[in-house]
Amino acid sequence: MTDHITRDVSRRSVLKGSTALAAGVAIGGAGSLVDQTRAWAADSPFEPEKGAKLRMLRWNRFVETEDIQFDKSMVAFTEATGIQVRLDKEFLDDIQPKAAVAANVGAGPDIIWGPMAIPHLIPDKLLDVTDVANYLGGKYGGWYESPAAYGIRDGKWMALPLCVSGNYINYRISAVQKAGFEKFPTTTADLMKLTKALKANGSPAGMALGRATGDGNAWCHWVVWAHGGKLVDKDGNVTINSPETAASLEYVKELYENWIPGTASWNDSNNNKAFLSGDVSYTNNGISIYAAAVRQKMDIAADIDHAFYPIGPVGKPTELQLPFMIEAFKYSKYPNACKLLMAFLMEGPQYNAWLEQSVGYFTQTLKDYEKNKVWTEDPKRAVFKEACTRTLDMGYAGSLGYAAAGALADFVIVDMVSQAATGQTSVKEAMETAQKRAERYYRV
Amino acid sequence: MATDAERVRAQRTESFSDRWTQLKYDHNWLGFWFMLPAAAFLLLFLTYPLGLGIWLSVTDTRIGREGGFIGLENFEWLNEDPVFWLSVFNTFLYTTVASVIKFGLGLYLAILLNSHMPWKAIIRAVVLLPFIVPTVLSAIAFWWIYDTQFSIISWTLIEMGWIDENINFLGEPNNARASVIAANIWRGIPFVAITLLAGLQTIPQSLYEAATIDGASRWQMFRHVTYPMLTPIIAVVMTFSVLFTFTDFQLIYAMTRGGPANATHLMATLSYQRAIMGGNLGEGAAISTAMIPFLLAAILFSWFGLQRRKWQQGESDD
Repeated sequence: MTDHITRDVSRRSVLKGSTALAAGVAIGGAGSLVDQTRAWAADSPFEPEKGAKLRMLRWNRFVETEDIQFDKSMVAFTEATGIQVRLDKEFLDDIQPKAAVAANVGAGPDIIWGPMAIPHLIPDKLLDVTDVANYLGGKYGGWYESPAAYGIRDGKWMALPLCVSGNYINYRISAVQKAGFEKFPTTTADLMKLTKALKANGSPAGMALGRATGDGNAWCHWVVWAHGGKLVDKDGNVTINSPETAASLEYVKELYENWIPGTASWNDSNNNKAFLSGDVSYTNNGISIYAAAVRQKMDIAADIDHAFYPIGPVGKPTELQLPFMIEAFKYSKYPNACKLLMAFLMEGPQYNAWLEQSVGYFTQTLKDYEKNKVWTEDPKRAVFKEACTRTLDMGYAGSLGYAAAGALADFVIVDMVSQAATGQTSVKEAMETAQKRAERYYRV
Repeated sequence: MATDAERVRAQRTESFSDRWTQLKYDHNWLGFWFMLPAAAFLLLFLTYPLGLGIWLSVTDTRIGREGGFIGLENFEWLNEDPVFWLSVFNTFLYTTVASVIKFGLGLYLAILLNSHMPWKAIIRAVVLLPFIVPTVLSAIAFWWIYDTQFSIISWTLIEMGWIDENINFLGEPNNARASVIAANIWRGIPFVAITLLAGLQTIPQSLYEAATIDGASRWQMFRHVTYPMLTPIIAVVMTFSVLFTFTDFQLIYAMTRGGPANATHLMATLSYQRAIMGGNLGEGAAISTAMIPFLLAAILFSWFGLQRRKWQQGESDD
């Protein structure tokens, strides 16, 4: 399972092998990028330590073009500043355990770019990057509130949200129209009607109900929140066992019965496969299904579009859009070099180019980058631009912290929804179990 | 006075160096010296982690944060946690069913392989294949085989007209349990079969000849010659097989992650989820520690239950 690629990002290694052409463009066309970076580094408020060397761990790409652009930026950084960066890439689900081990033993990568829960799991081990956050926020129109919350603890920034991975409804235009809907429904009531009509037409839908870290968490939280259920109130008291949650679970049960069979075993990749093969007519996902269809020039691409999650009885958007956080460890011998790299990655030239190459898979966390043309050149990406403005954070309605991170990682909400939907337990029992498990985390 | 003190000190040094020489050349101590590296190795890599695991289980340690001693609180929480008890049930079901079938099929396969047949060496090598393939790879292969939309089993059965829609292998709790058990059996049989085959080959041919002269049927030969002679090997093989199955992690983690809704969570996978993913090292360690009594019981059962010598030699028990 562990897909492990270790690469030293240096000019020589990138020039070797199959990426020679791409890298050639990077260095050649970016003679200017290197020069720019050099000038930028000289002006930067973060002066790196002499002879600094960094190790960075990032998660393995889902979208190839993003990864290539990221590597180009790293090459330019090394060229311009002389700071060697060893970049390791590993499977997304392995990043958090690695970060945990690094934090516990006090050795490992200097910088990690990975899932949202890490900063609040190991807050004491992370380098204070308030100065970087203020610098970037001041320069680029400020941070969106939700992703920023994942990086802030007690008024200090311990991590930066590099981007948010938007998760929205992916649907087949033709199937939805055939079911009698001009556009994808905007309310949960209409979504139910659509789901039943789709099933009747023999083109059912389905969302992941297995251990799907990204997709499962995204839609299960949305549906519970849309009906007014919440894991905790604003004071951190566990309130998941409530009539509102029950309503959401009854709603999911009905959805589940009208979905394609087998969604209870789906993880993050099953719905992609099922959607691309034409087996399901809507699911929830990042833009990666559409991006893959476009890249492989599949006919299905023209028939795919995206939509916001429908709004439930609470009357406002209740999405869960999770950021990817970049953080440096206190144990790093080169804290200033870490800060320099973190700032560099989010500066205009690099960030804009990278956002473009991520083709909608990532959404900006700094407001100025809304203007990036990635959102206008293909209208089917437009919904993903809003990922930071329509989301609640994973600790809703309480504060973010250890407990919220633990409950999310332990699949408390997903399990509850899945148990109730599949009829493995009654709605009441599912809520009671979730209540008990959540209390375990929120006791701290 | 000073000279006296010096003399005493000299005496002490002398006796110390004497003892040291004795230690160096004494044959009994020599054995100790030879064992020291192995003992250090065991202490460092077995006793220390085990001790640390048990210690963590009585603390509230979290990832990145030192914990304090909290007594048995973790275990009290687990005792009231339905997910934990579900994982205990799953682990027992998984271990029992998989081990029994692995033993039955493994023994059958071993007896088949022990008879004379063409291409014997190649067939024996092929039988080992499932054991050679890395667990995670075979788990991913099974994950595809069990896919709800693209399963080759569902596809074949539909093409043959036996069923109308795809089988929900991993999405329905009991199906999911059966599916992961089947994958474990596939993977575990070679170990049992090849080891028992080795055991079979140590049984002297003369015993079978004697039995034939006495007019024993094939079943009687198996029951009264093969089986008793094989018992010590069976004890060892099954102890290991039960231990491997009980502590299985990779197959489950790669295929279901314990889903759907914890229906296939084993104690090992739940421990990982709580400790590493959830950050709750203390509770995760408590789940691991809770496995120890069961494992000890399994070991003791197979050693004392299967290795009673009289029974082994075909006599009745006292």
